[in-house]
Amino acid sequence: MKTENLSSFDMPAADMDPALFFETAASRLGAGGRTLAYFAVPEGPEHRLVMAIGFDREGRVEVYSCRAAGPSFRALTPSFPQLHLFEREIFEQSGLKPEGHPWLKPIRFNTPGAVPGVADFFTVHGSQVHEVAVGPVHAGVIEPGHFRFQCHGEKVFHLEIMLGYQHRGVERRLSAGPDARSLHYAETLAGDTTAGHVWAYCSALEALAGVNVPPRAQVLRGIMLELERLANHTGDLGALAGDVAFLPTANFCGRLRGDFLNMTALVCGNRFGRNMFRPGGVNFDLDFALIKELRLRLQDTFRGVENAVGLLWETGSVADRFEDTGVVSRETAEGLGLVGPAARASGVPLDTRRNFPYGPYEDFTVSVSGSGDVYSRAYVRWLEIQKSAELVAGWLDALPEGPLAADCGPLRPDSAAVALTEGWRGQICHFALTGPDGRLRHYKVVDPSFHNWQGLAMALRGGEISDFPLCNKSFNLSYCGRDL
Amino acid sequence: MIKALLARLKQGYRTMDFPAADLRLPPRGLGRPELSGRLEKAAAACPYSAITAGADPVLDLGKCVFCGACAAADPAGVSFTRDHRLCSSRREDLAVKGSVLKRADALGTELRGIFGRSFRLRQVSAGGCNACEADCNVLGTPAWDMGRFGIQFVASPRHADGILVTGPVTKNMELALRKTYDAVSSPKVVIACGACAIGGGPYAGHDECVGIPKDIPVDLYIPGCPPHPMTILDGLLRLLGRID
Repeated sequence: MKTENLSSFDMPAADMDPALFFETAASRLGAGGRTLAYFAVPEGPEHRLVMAIGFDREGRVEVYSCRAAGPSFRALTPSFPQLHLFEREIFEQSGLKPEGHPWLKPIRFNTPGAVPGVADFFTVHGSQVHEVAVGPVHAGVIEPGHFRFQCHGEKVFHLEIMLGYQHRGVERRLSAGPDARSLHYAETLAGDTTAGHVWAYCSALEALAGVNVPPRAQVLRGIMLELERLANHTGDLGALAGDVAFLPTANFCGRLRGDFLNMTALVCGNRFGRNMFRPGGVNFDLDFALIKELRLRLQDTFRGVENAVGLLWETGSVADRFEDTGVVSRETAEGLGLVGPAARASGVPLDTRRNFPYGPYEDFTVSVSGSGDVYSRAYVRWLEIQKSAELVAGWLDALPEGPLAADCGPLRPDSAAVALTEGWRGQICHFALTGPDGRLRHYKVVDPSFHNWQGLAMALRGGEISDFPLCNKSFNLSYCGRDL
Repeated sequence: MIKALLARLKQGYRTMDFPAADLRLPPRGLGRPELSGRLEKAAAACPYSAITAGADPVLDLGKCVFCGACAAADPAGVSFTRDHRLCSSRREDLAVKGSVLKRADALGTELRGIFGRSFRLRQVSAGGCNACEADCNVLGTPAWDMGRFGIQFVASPRHADGILVTGPVTKNMELALRKTYDAVSSPKVVIACGACAIGGGPYAGHDECVGIPKDIPVDLYIPGCPPHPMTILDGLLRLLGRID
């Protein structure tokens, strides 16, 4: 059935006959649809499969659902690789087996007897082929994950990424809400994407409660989300510079990233934007003095970033390492359903702020770069930094008057809502379903990293293992957002 | 080259004085809480049971995620100051009574002799949200320049004097944490950084999380969700006896 971003609908209306479900899903994905979410919901002793498909050009969302008949179902991964991790997740969470899935194995190792990292790996055979295993604890102050490379000398034939170490059961607890902790769960789905995730969470609840968020709150939310993007993109460009040993930009951006975080803290007290959002609106306002201070800091910090990042494009040694490294073609990006800067750097013009507008975003123009390499992923970030700075400056100049929040009342029973936002890593999808009592019956979170980790694996294919840190940083994906 | 030098000139010298008398959390920041009254309403508002109400109420910073729900429910009872100095040496010292918090002690003379001027840490991320990691990373930027105090994060536990743990320690990271701890040579220091590492944080009570194993003794607790970089650096310097 057809719906749209941020509107609630009756869940039973999405129900279909199982055979028709798979046929429809395949035909809609074949017609250019992109999977937003695909998951199983417990229904008594059985399960219900639910798929949300987005049509980016039209800004349309379609939701299909069917009762899972029997212990297995038809895998669509062989035709649509973008589903591979979703089907593995369904298998791990519900036990329903996707028949015909080419590489069915655990993704979070949270079932009885599962040992993290212990599973079959793709292997390549040959007298001079060797395997390199890295992690879960790997160099740097970074989240845990296991990476297995199949190499011939320096050349990488294949990289397999095995995660699950960050699995802390947060999605399951969200499904039992809403309660006093729910907002904190949403804020910490990925701690560096607090605004992106908590906005999606609040939007899902607001859609189910039928609440209109006041314009001032919408714009304040926009400011928080764009500051988050500015901080992270700036940090990433610095880290990319660091990975090619270009220390000036690495050092400058480290400081400048902090300046953006400190602007966020000026608004809500916390550098990561905690405590700002609540269903219905926001908790903190900006007065004249604070607006003036933020405007000054924004201008100053943006100039600093312009100066620091400008060096990257003018330095031959940087271009030499960035260009043609870790190429992901547009075809691969679309096939895997990549989102965010990683997709836009491969020429895919997808941005939730454009394709599924929400909150204060109107007539947003997407920043796209086409070469699909590390350079492109860096350059897209710079384009987006400029855009975000412009948005925040504009909003600070023309903050709508009015209240900070509307009352968010009870949720509509037996309903569902899809909430899409554009976090700095890409599209975030939250799918909320309510039961007959108006409480949540299931809550599904899809972090952009869930789509994009396979993009990193593909970027390494045929490349050199020494380029891994650089490629990894150019995606800078979330482990905790994927592991939940 | 000339452009890099000009940029360096433009970016300026940015390293802050630390510790400095005027360092405070931002005006809306939540630092060391001060308590008064019986705190029944505040205790009821806390989703993590961090507050014990009564004649001598207690707020356990080890459980607190600094969401401010208590202060919103009982503004006269709980007020958060902008004081960032929150670290303690013992778990029980994190219990704030009135306006009193027992801050971290320095390591003993012998350990200070070994680690005092060169302290290398292996960070172990074990199930959190990556915000604590981000605020540890930031200590390496020029603004904080932790290296000037002789403190550094290193890649190998074999090169480390201790571990700094973040996250609630998921079941899936328990073994990796233990192996990393074992790989550090003795004597070694363990630091629990952030609400998750201390008491589970937002994930307290989840079956998926086990916490830092009891037989791995913690030498420094750094509360916060995530702790502000100021709080982390203050704790590390207290541990090394560089701040009294």
